[in-house]
Amino acid sequence: MSVQVSAVKTSAWKKKPLRKRVLIVLAHAVLAIFAFFWLAPIFWVILTSFRATKGSYSSTFFPTSYSLDNYVKLFTDFSVFNFPQMLLNTLIVAAATCLLSTFFVVSVAYTLSRLRFRSRKPLMNVAMIINLFPGFMSMIANYYIFKMLGWTNGPLLRLAMIAVYSGGAGLGYHIAKGFFDTIPIALDEAAMLDGCTKWQVLRKIIMPLSKPIIVFTLLNSFAGPFKDFMLAKILCGPNKDYYTVAVGMYQMLEREYIDQWFCSFAAAAVIISIPVASLFLMTQKYYSIGYGGSVKG
Amino acid sequence: MKNKEHEQPSEGMIAAFKSGSVPVYLSAVIWGLGCLIRKQFIKGLLYLAAEAAVIAYMVKAGVYQLQKLMTLGDVAQQKVWNEAKSIFEYVDGDRSLTILLYGIVTVVILLCAVLLLRASVKSAYKAELCHRSGKPAPTFRQDLQALLDERLHVSLLSFPILGVMAFTLLPLLFMALMAFTNYSVLDNKLVLFDWVGLANFKRTIAMNGSLGQTFWAVLGWTVAWALIATFSNYILGMLLSLFINWKEIRAKKFWRFCFVLTVAVPHFVTLLIIRQMLQPTGAVNVLLQNLGWIDAPLPFFTDTTWARVSVILINIWVGVPYTLLQITGILQNIPQELYESARVDGANPVVTFLKITLPYMLFVTTPYLITSFTGNINNFNVIFLTSAGLPRAVGSTAGSTDLLITWLYKLTIDNQYYDVGAVIGIMTFVTLSIVSLLTFRFSGSYKNEEGFR
Repeated sequence: MSVQVSAVKTSAWKKKPLRKRVLIVLAHAVLAIFAFFWLAPIFWVILTSFRATKGSYSSTFFPTSYSLDNYVKLFTDFSVFNFPQMLLNTLIVAAATCLLSTFFVVSVAYTLSRLRFRSRKPLMNVAMIINLFPGFMSMIANYYIFKMLGWTNGPLLRLAMIAVYSGGAGLGYHIAKGFFDTIPIALDEAAMLDGCTKWQVLRKIIMPLSKPIIVFTLLNSFAGPFKDFMLAKILCGPNKDYYTVAVGMYQMLEREYIDQWFCSFAAAAVIISIPVASLFLMTQKYYSIGYGGSVKG
Repeated sequence: MKNKEHEQPSEGMIAAFKSGSVPVYLSAVIWGLGCLIRKQFIKGLLYLAAEAAVIAYMVKAGVYQLQKLMTLGDVAQQKVWNEAKSIFEYVDGDRSLTILLYGIVTVVILLCAVLLLRASVKSAYKAELCHRSGKPAPTFRQDLQALLDERLHVSLLSFPILGVMAFTLLPLLFMALMAFTNYSVLDNKLVLFDWVGLANFKRTIAMNGSLGQTFWAVLGWTVAWALIATFSNYILGMLLSLFINWKEIRAKKFWRFCFVLTVAVPHFVTLLIIRQMLQPTGAVNVLLQNLGWIDAPLPFFTDTTWARVSVILINIWVGVPYTLLQITGILQNIPQELYESARVDGANPVVTFLKITLPYMLFVTTPYLITSFTGNINNFNVIFLTSAGLPRAVGSTAGSTDLLITWLYKLTIDNQYYDVGAVIGIMTFVTLSIVSLLTFRFSGSYKNEEGFR
C-alpha cells in the first residue's frame, strides 16, 4: 500500500514542470532558514544546560565539555533555590488556574457569541474598556489588597495567585468567541426547533464541536503561571516557599547568583519547557480538525 | 433572533413605575414584597435577606467608611507616653490606603444595592403582569429552569463577571483613584495622603517640566512600538501560516512544530536567554567575533537605535509563532465550500487569497488585532526582560526603549511615586481608548457580526 502511494507521489513530482520543482525546493530552503533562526536560541539553551564550565559567559558558542551537573544541582542543592518545591507550587497554581479560567473564558465567549440578550453589547463594551487598562495597574493594586487581607503570607498566597490569574480571565474571550462565531447558527436553530433548551444546545451540539478551542484555552491558561513572573514576584515577595518556577528562575539570573546558577537556569528552562511542549504536541491535532461536515445541505 | 432583544420593553423599570401598583412601588423600599404577595416566597425572602444584609453593613461600617473616604484620614501616627509602663507607645493613626480601599468597597456595595433594588421592582412588576393576565407567577422551580434556557446568559456570565469585578475592576478603581492623591515617597506621603484633584495630571502633560518631557517621549515611542510590533507580527504570521499551508510543502506538522516550539517554551525564559545572548560578551557577539565578521561587540542594548531595532526584532521572534498558532486554527476553519466554489469558478490562488482568505481573516481577527495592539502597548515582558528600558539618560526615570507600562513599573515599584504611576496607567488607557475605539467602531466585525454566517 505504502509503496503504491509513494510511487504515485513520485510520478506526480515528475509530472510537474521544472520551474515549479525549483520553486518548491526553494520554498523548503527558505522555511529551513527561518526555522533555524527561530530554533537557534532554544538549541543554545539546551547546549548551555549541559555545559560543564560554570558562569554566564562562555568564550565559545558551543561548550567545550559536557556534563549533567547542572540538572543534578537543581534537584540536590537546596541552599539557595528549592527547584522541586517551585515546580510543585507552579503545578498547583497552574492546574487550578487552567480549569477556572477555561470555564470563565468558554462561558463568556459562548454567551457573547451565540446568545442574544439586552445587556450583551454594553457588556462587550465594558469588557473592551477594562481591557484597555494596563493589567499591571490592577496587579499592583491586587498586591495591596491581598496584603491588607493577610493573604501574602502562608498557604493563602497560592489562593491569591490562583484568584488573580483566573479572576480576570473572562475578559480574554475574544479568540474563543471568534471560534464560536464561525460555527453556523443554523445548528442552534435546528436543535431549538427540535425542542432543545439553550443549555442542551450548548452541551450536546456546540461543545462537541468546540474541542479545539477548549483545548486551546486550557493550554493557554495552564501556561500562564509558567510564563508570568511579574505577578508571582510581586505577590510572593520574600516568601521563598511559595515561589513559582518563573520567580525562582528569574532570581537565578540576579547578579549575586548568576555565576553559580546560570547553567542550572538553562537546565531549569529545559525541564519546564518539556511538559509544556509535549502537552502542545499531544493536542496539536485539534488544530486541524474542522467542523465543516456538521451542516449538510 | 435579533428582534427578541427589543421585544420586552414593557417589563422595564420605567414601565413598572408607570403602570405598576402600590406593591410594585413598595418593592423598592421593602425588597421582595411584590414577590411575596404573588406567592413567590423563596425569591421574595432572598430579596429581603439581601436588603437586611446591605442595611446591616451600612449601619455597622459603611457610613463610617464613606465619611473617612472624603478626607482619606487625618490622624497621624502618634507617640503616647504610657505612665504605667513608662515607655512611649505608638498609637496607630489613619492609613489612607486602607481607607481608600474600604471606601471603594462600600461604594461598590451601594451600587450592587441599587441593582438589587431595580431587580426587586422589576420582578414584582413581572409577577403582577402575570397576575393581571390571570396566570400564576412563575414558581421558584420555573425560575431556576429558566436559568438553563432563556436566561442561560445569566448563569453563564455571573461567575466570570464576579471574578472580573473582584480581581480586575475593583483593583483598577483602587489604583486609578491614587492618581488623584499625593500618595508618593515625595514629602513622605506613604501612610497618610490627601486628595489633590488633577494636579498630577497637569504635571504629567505639561511640556515644560521634566516629568512632562519624559512622558511625551515615552508615549511617542510606545505608540510607534505598538504599531510596528502589531502589524509586523500579524502580516508575517499570516504569510508564514499560508506558506506552511501551501499544498506543496511537505512535513507541515514538522515546520509548524519548529515555530510553535518557541511558543511552548515560556516567554520569560526565551526572553532572558535572548538578553543573555545579546550581551556585549554574549553568545551572538562571541560567535560573530570568532567568525571574524566584527571587531567590537555590537551595541544591541546600549545604543538607542540598536536597542529599538533589537526589541522589535525580538518581538517578531516571539510573536510570529504565536500569530501562527492562533491564525492557523482560524485559517483551517474557513468553510471549504468557499474555496470549492472559487475553484469551480476558476479563480487562481492570488484571487482566492484576496477575495476569500484575506477578507475572512480580517473579519474574524479584527478583535484579535485590537487585543494584539493593546497587548503590545502593554508589552511588559518583551521590554522589561530584554532591554529593561535601557539605554537610559542620567537623571531620567525612563530609558529610550521604556514603554509607558515599564515606566509605570519603575515609578511605582522602584521609586514609590504611586501618584504619578497611576497617572501613567490612566494615560496608557486614554491612548489605547483613542486608537482602539476608532478601529473598533469602523471595523466590519463590530458592525456586522454575523456577516459570515
